[in-house]
This record gives sequence, structure tokens and C-alpha cells, in this order.
Amino acid sequence: MSMINYASREINCKLVYYGPGLGGKTTNLEHVYGKVSPQTRGKMISLATETERTLFFDFLPVDLGTIRGFKTRFHLYTVPGQVYYNASRKLILKGVDGIVFVADSQLERMEANIESMQNLYDNMAEYGYDLTKIPFVVQYNKRDLPNASPIKDLQAALNPGWPIDDPAKQKVTPDPSFPGEYLVQQLPTGEWIERAVALEAVAVQGDGVFETLKAVSKLVLKTLG
Amino acid sequence: MPGASSWSFREEDSRAMTELLTGLLRETNVRSLLLVDRTGQIVANVGEAPQFDTQAFASLTAADFSANDQLAKMIGEHEFASLFHQGEKESMYLADVARRVILVALFDSRTTLGLVRLKVKSAVEELTRMFEDMFRRAGTDAPRLEGFGGKEAEDEIDKLFGD
Repeated sequence: MSMINYASREINCKLVYYGPGLGGKTTNLEHVYGKVSPQTRGKMISLATETERTLFFDFLPVDLGTIRGFKTRFHLYTVPGQVYYNASRKLILKGVDGIVFVADSQLERMEANIESMQNLYDNMAEYGYDLTKIPFVVQYNKRDLPNASPIKDLQAALNPGWPIDDPAKQKVTPDPSFPGEYLVQQLPTGEWIERAVALEAVAVQGDGVFETLKAVSKLVLKTLG
Repeated sequence: MPGASSWSFREEDSRAMTELLTGLLRETNVRSLLLVDRTGQIVANVGEAPQFDTQAFASLTAADFSANDQLAKMIGEHEFASLFHQGEKESMYLADVARRVILVALFDSRTTLGLVRLKVKSAVEELTRMFEDMFRRAGTDAPRLEGFGGKEAEDEIDKLFGD
């Protein structure tokens, strides 16, 4: 739920980093916190357990700058990834403007990724939000690990695409992240599908963190126009 | 609406809110009043400038209210329309406005909880009317910002990210 203040010419948007536990959501925010100048970001709030597992959420406000004369501020949130924190996870989704799903590329975390993605769909549906219609980006994190699944497998499991019926949207669109792949394409069955933008990352080194934030920010700002 | 609904407020809304809050501030003698929306964004603030990070405060306030809403449901209540946190010197009283906004009063021993509660109650009724009008307007007149879907906006974003 973006809030536009015409009096102070400010736009505030809420982004939520979702995904399985220990996948790198908090690491994404920590990297942003560490890299942007203190003038353009607020304090980072972490409601975490003693072992630094996110209990409720992490929060980081970032001033993106002035776009079209409006001061644009993004509120970045993470949710607790662990399955049993669903009640608090769902609360954070309230009023979300854009979602980044941080998937753990490790082969043995595939099940956890799938479960978390399903949980995201379910929680969004409970609020009456349609994940296929709001700004949504998938980040494949931990690409540097030797046990990382191939992108093809991750895409097939987590980002297989959703059908698009609107003829205006049925336009073959190459995927800028993965050469030879498509964001919008027609399947051999004749059905048109669209995929979420996906990016590779090694959040612990900062690789792909800002690219992900930029991709989702663009999508969110587009919805305001 | 595919996602969450957006809302916007104009200069005259901002002025009306500030006027009402300033009146409440005077009547209650609280230190500071804040309006925070349920997604954790600060809408207005009157009184002493808080010495803390207001954005962080707003996000925690929204989370506090949401968590308490769920607790209310668990014990068979529809909601807790107000919350009170008592400190040794500083206390805060939070009240729901139109299910979308939270009014927060920060106060010390210069006033009493009874007075704050009493005055906030009537202010909430007025604020509810004000916000319901604003949300109704947002429903029919969804905020559309000139040029945000276009190439120029995209270029500006690229520039901000240093491309």
C-alpha cells in the first residue's frame, strides 16, 4: 500500500523479502544498510532471537532519491523464514507493494524453497492479493556454493510462470537475466505464460543485492504511473 | 485492485489532520502525538519532536498493533481498539482509527491516562470521519502519478542506482 503525500511530495512504498529460513533475506538488508550512505537510510531494526534468527521482522527505510519530483522512500522488511512463525510472517505482508522471494540455491533446500513459495501464495491470497499481479522478483541466492542447483531447475520449481490471457500482454519478451530464456513466451501447447523477473545473487558478498532491489523498485514505481 | 490499495493525501488533508492533532495536544497536555498507518508509515506528528527514529517507531507501532489484533482474535475479541504501554516516566497510548491508521500519544506525569483516554476517544471519532473520506476518495480516484510508468522515470531510477 504505497502512501503518497502530496503535501510534502513524498512516496512511501513497502517491500518485503520473503523466503525460507537461513536463505539470506536479512543478509540482503544488511548489505543495503552497509552500502548506502547514512544520510539516505534510517536505522535498521531487527526483531531477532538471541541466536540472531529473525523472530518478527527486520526493517530498513531507504531513500531512493527524487523521482519525477517526488521524494521516494522504500521500507524494506524481511519476514521470519522458519515455518512455525507463520502468524507473524503473515502480518508483515499487510499492505505490501512489492515482494522479493529470496531462494536458497542449495540442492538440499529445494523443498524448503517450494514450501515457502507455496506459503507466500497462500498468505497473499488470504489478504486478497494476487501475487501474479503485484511487483514480484525472485532472487536465487548462494550461487557461489558448490551444491547450488542449476538455474533451470530452480526456475522450473519456483518460477514456472503463470498463464496470461490478456492479448495485449502476449508478446515474446526475452529474459535479461538469463540469455535464451523468456519472461513472456508461448508454450508449444499454445498457452502464453509470464514469469517473474529472477536474478542470481551471492548476498553475503553483496553480489546481486542492489540489482534485485533495483528490479523490484522499478516494478513498484511503474504501478504508480 | 490486484495488490494492496494505495492511498494519498493532499495538502488540505495534512492541514486538517495537523489542526485536529494540535487541538488534542493542547487539551491533553501530552508530549507528542503521531499518526502511523497500519503498514508502518508515519503520516503526521505534532508536539515535541521525538528524540528517536520516527520511521523505526512507526514500523514497530504497526507491528505492535497487528500482533495485538491477532492476540485479540485468539481470546475471542474482534480487536483491541486501544493499547496502553506504561513506563516509569514515559507512557504511550495507542488507538485505532478507521482500521487503517493508529493514533499514538506519548506522555509523562504532566497528564493522566484518564484524560488522555477521554480526549483521544472523541478525537478518534473525528479522525475516523476524516480518514474514511480520504479512503473513499482513494477508492474512486486511485493515485496516478504523472510519468511514473514512462521511460524518463526508468532512466531516473537507473541513475539513482548508479548506472
